Amino acid sequence: MRHLFLATVLALLPGFPVMAEKAFVSNERGNTISVVDTATWEVVHEFFAGNRPRGITASPDGTKIYVCASDDSLVRVFDANTYEELPSLPSGPDPELFVLEQTGKRLYIANEDDNLVTVTDTETRTVIAEVPVGVEPEGMGLSPDGKFVVNTSETTNMAHFISTDDYKIKHNVLVDQRPRYAQYSADGKLLFVTSEIGGTVTVMDIAEDGTPTVKGKITFEVAGVQDEWLQPVGARVTSDGRRLFVALGPANRVAVVDVETLEVLDYILVGQRVWQLGFTSDEKYLLTTNGNSNDITVIDVAKEKAIKSVQVGQQPWGVVVVK
Amino acid sequence: MKLHTLFAAAVALFLSTQMASAVEVKAAVLRIDYPSLLPISRYDLRPSDLGFAGAALADEDNGTTGSFLGHNYETLSRAVPPAEADSALEDILADGIRLIVIAARKDDLLRLADKAAQNGALVFNATAPDNDLRSEGCRANLLHVAPSHGVMADTVAQFAVWKKWRNWFLISGSNPQDIALADAYRKAARKFGAKITEERSFEDSGGSRRTDSGHVLVQRQLPAFTQGAAEHDVVIAADETDYFARYLSYHLWTPRPVLGSGGLVPVTFHGAHEAWGATQFHTRFEELTGRYIKPEDYNVWLALRIIGEAVTRTSSADPTAVRDYAISDEFELAAFKGQKVTFRDWNGQLRQPVLLYDGSITVSVSPQEGFLHQNSPLDTLGLDRPESACTAFN
Repeated sequence: MRHLFLATVLALLPGFPVMAEKAFVSNERGNTISVVDTATWEVVHEFFAGNRPRGITASPDGTKIYVCASDDSLVRVFDANTYEELPSLPSGPDPELFVLEQTGKRLYIANEDDNLVTVTDTETRTVIAEVPVGVEPEGMGLSPDGKFVVNTSETTNMAHFISTDDYKIKHNVLVDQRPRYAQYSADGKLLFVTSEIGGTVTVMDIAEDGTPTVKGKITFEVAGVQDEWLQPVGARVTSDGRRLFVALGPANRVAVVDVETLEVLDYILVGQRVWQLGFTSDEKYLLTTNGNSNDITVIDVAKEKAIKSVQVGQQPWGVVVVK
Repeated sequence: MKLHTLFAAAVALFLSTQMASAVEVKAAVLRIDYPSLLPISRYDLRPSDLGFAGAALADEDNGTTGSFLGHNYETLSRAVPPAEADSALEDILADGIRLIVIAARKDDLLRLADKAAQNGALVFNATAPDNDLRSEGCRANLLHVAPSHGVMADTVAQFAVWKKWRNWFLISGSNPQDIALADAYRKAARKFGAKITEERSFEDSGGSRRTDSGHVLVQRQLPAFTQGAAEHDVVIAADETDYFARYLSYHLWTPRPVLGSGGLVPVTFHGAHEAWGATQFHTRFEELTGRYIKPEDYNVWLALRIIGEAVTRTSSADPTAVRDYAISDEFELAAFKGQKVTFRDWNGQLRQPVLLYDGSITVSVSPQEGFLHQNSPLDTLGLDRPESACTAFN
């Protein structure tokens, strides 16, 4: 009883905020990770994250942060609570973006310079497989059933569907110029691939056995913004499958798309050169990394409105939120 | 807000690995090596694999993509003195090659392109900047990856005007190609509202090349040459021959920025350009070739990537199919320039942003903000549809 009382008092006192969740933001040029408290939206810590940190993700239990240290050619690992560095993982050269399977065991890493996807075992810290893909692999999406990992190659302009059973490519789908990101819907029935220079998002229906069929394309148009600046990069779908958010790079906006009709409902003005997106675990907020204004924007997901921006390190690239 | 619901077969090609049909893509790069003096700067020495290095990288890039589709790419590279150009082209045609990238001067290029046309071959111009190749001298089988004098002059002019440097001192060389470039700067000044307040020609007397004591003479001669010019904000140098413009900065009578052939120079690409994913392009290029990229390498790479993109999307290496696709509305290509590059369907000129390079970094990129066009801001650079007398594309 006394503990409960104390806890309540502490929670109400200024200076003792409830540490709800933490957002980890990789700062590509600053070589750091900024830690943002999602209750107060304050930066609580910043630490060295290796050279040119880009892709960032967390272990399923939220205890470890993985980051692609691109210029170090490895994946650095940090304790999410103490921020201490843990033993690194082999990644192959120039890792840019990766995706961790639901069990937390296998990490699928895009090696931008070597046209490879490297599969790394996070427990034994060894490379299990290297899968040759198209030129400049970047986007990595994992099907919710864990059977396929989709890699997008920026110069080849394909989405490669790699089986997680035998690491063989089962399907290749041509998309528009410079595909940056692949995102499955939570039910696994749709896949969204953003094309930065093509200015589109290709939407695919995914069959029961994982076979993709192109269903349509989403295009963007903002009054007063040149079409050339509408460059889709990061994307996230709400777990109810109703809304797709697409970061539009130098257009400084996040598009809100109705997944049912594939129509763009709104454009939310955020910071400059918006790259990647990340939800809080309750999906109440969506965070955007804005590389040129060195901040993140907090979007209220239900209201579809930007509510705050938080200054982080130099050239924020990716973001992951852990409890 | 647009929604395009398009079926798989119509636009985004769906290809499972076993569906792909085999295509052999044979191309050639033909480079004529003209007798020339040493450049002003050792940094501008011509590597022996100039242009060919871009072809090697393009073959790798295209080959990787092609491996998923059953398309194989093979590009032959040949460097010849001017007298052997025709027989080299005949060899290439005899090898059955109908996709040819040529790095040559205007007259040679036109003669070779016409010979190629008789054999149904498509030619990509990798280097010749002459405006009339995009106007009355255009050819239906000749696509220009190289920007024209007009594109380059407009690139510089837009930047100068954006900076409100509207009064220009134009210094041009005395060789025909210098005179052609100077003419493009005069047109650019008219087009964008700049004023040439002073104009002088710097005679190519053959004596101003670098020597052991060259800088001493340059330091004495150039201030005198530029003395007494009317008020100007900048000096614009038209020196295609590369014999004086690089000396202008720091040697003017009136201290002013230099743009054009010296100082701030328009280029299609350079080895320090980092934006828009270019870093990874450099990493690949440097690993393959052991040196920094030059504009000629980029131009050749781009020409072959255009071929690769057309083959990828149409599954055909037929020169007519490649040409028709390249100049169609469907064609688009990412080329590390921040926006897609496409072709003008009235004269076969590639639309692309042009970098302004000071010798170490990208200072700016044209088209500049605020220069609007009803079709594409890129069409503010070079010959627009109504300005081109080309009829071969009609």
